[in-house]
Amino acid sequence: MNAAFLYALVGVGLLALGLYALIVYAHLLRKILAINIMGSGVFLVLVALARRTGEAVPDVVPHAMVITGIVVAISATALALALMLKLAAVASEVELPAAQDKDRRNEC
Amino acid sequence: METVMLLALMFDAVLGLGLLWLAWRLLACADLFKAIVLFVAFGLLMALAWVRLDAPDVALAEAAIGAGLTGALLLSSLARLHSDDPDEITAEKTAQPHKKVVLKSQSPQWLPIAALLLVASGLSYTILSLPPHAPGLSAEVAAQLETSGVSNPVTAVLLNFRGYDTLLEMVVLLIALLGVWSLSSITLHSEMAPVSIVLDTFSRLLTPVLILVAAYLLWVGGHAPGGAFQAGSVLAAVGVLLLLFGWRLPANLQSWPLRLMLIAGPGAFVILAVITLLSEGQLLKYPPLQAGTLILIIEAVATLSIGTTLVALFSGGRPLEEKRHP
Repeated sequence: MNAAFLYALVGVGLLALGLYALIVYAHLLRKILAINIMGSGVFLVLVALARRTGEAVPDVVPHAMVITGIVVAISATALALALMLKLAAVASEVELPAAQDKDRRNEC
Repeated sequence: METVMLLALMFDAVLGLGLLWLAWRLLACADLFKAIVLFVAFGLLMALAWVRLDAPDVALAEAAIGAGLTGALLLSSLARLHSDDPDEITAEKTAQPHKKVVLKSQSPQWLPIAALLLVASGLSYTILSLPPHAPGLSAEVAAQLETSGVSNPVTAVLLNFRGYDTLLEMVVLLIALLGVWSLSSITLHSEMAPVSIVLDTFSRLLTPVLILVAAYLLWVGGHAPGGAFQAGSVLAAVGVLLLLFGWRLPANLQSWPLRLMLIAGPGAFVILAVITLLSEGQLLKYPPLQAGTLILIIEAVATLSIGTTLVALFSGGRPLEEKRHP
């Protein structure tokens, strides 16, 4: 297994982790973080698979697409954060109604 | 040679595991402030991964936008979220600016875990069954590079071969800003908040240097890693730094000069697209002789617009003009 496939698999892992957090956590800021992690995973898969050129220069088309993607991601994040702040101001809560919350502290 | 290869692969493995571990920690972390700081660290590690994958242009964009500006945006939103919290006592707020918020987190939910393991293994299987050697479009890019007007292939793809991507991306940035502006408005009044001497000295030293770095990145993008997005985000960093320092856009620049700056990038791009459509018969197909100049002009205007838009996104609302006493 070479480095390209290694990074592509890490990208899949990031996507799955982000998707899990997106489903499970109720806090909106955490959901925004999760979407960003998912995006990073997708970018990693794209660029890693572009490295499959052996010793030659990698395929630059996915690189350009990922740069575009990074800028689109920050635009979406900014809009999502503005929506979250608006929701916090209107409804004075920043969590989606989650099913059963258990107060279990999760230390970092 | 064998040992070097093995060492490189080991480094890649450690970096990959580090990325996964950081992502897990930041998503499961109870303290949102800490989670955002971990997110910035994650972005910097991602930049390292891009370098390992021979994508220095992406690494620059990730470090400046993915880690830097997104982190600043998240932190300022977190601060606003806390300051709007009606349950919080003011004294407590001033005493603990980064008050820990213990969040409800849930015990592992087995149904999503099982479903996601299935998705992840399916995706992994698909990736591993791809051919190990695939040149992609690199040969086509290399063949057309001569006529593109620049010698950095990434800039050639972004601004010439797939120029419409970049055009639409500028529009996406503008639409996101329109969304933010329609949701909230802020009053930009110049107030010199008491800032620490560190921030004061730091921003005085850094502002001219960063503007120079942005100009350099813009210029160097033609033949080496760099370009409009990287330059624009460095410019945005200057704006964010100045906003933190207490600087505000002068009131007479807040209405149409600001808006003109925001639409200059997409506007210039659209005008060029129409001109090329009429003269060359194809959208954004530059004549090879003028391609280099056209790309540099577009990139320069786009850099200013991207920088302004990102700062406007950071400031978080439509600037309202101050009400003057009659």
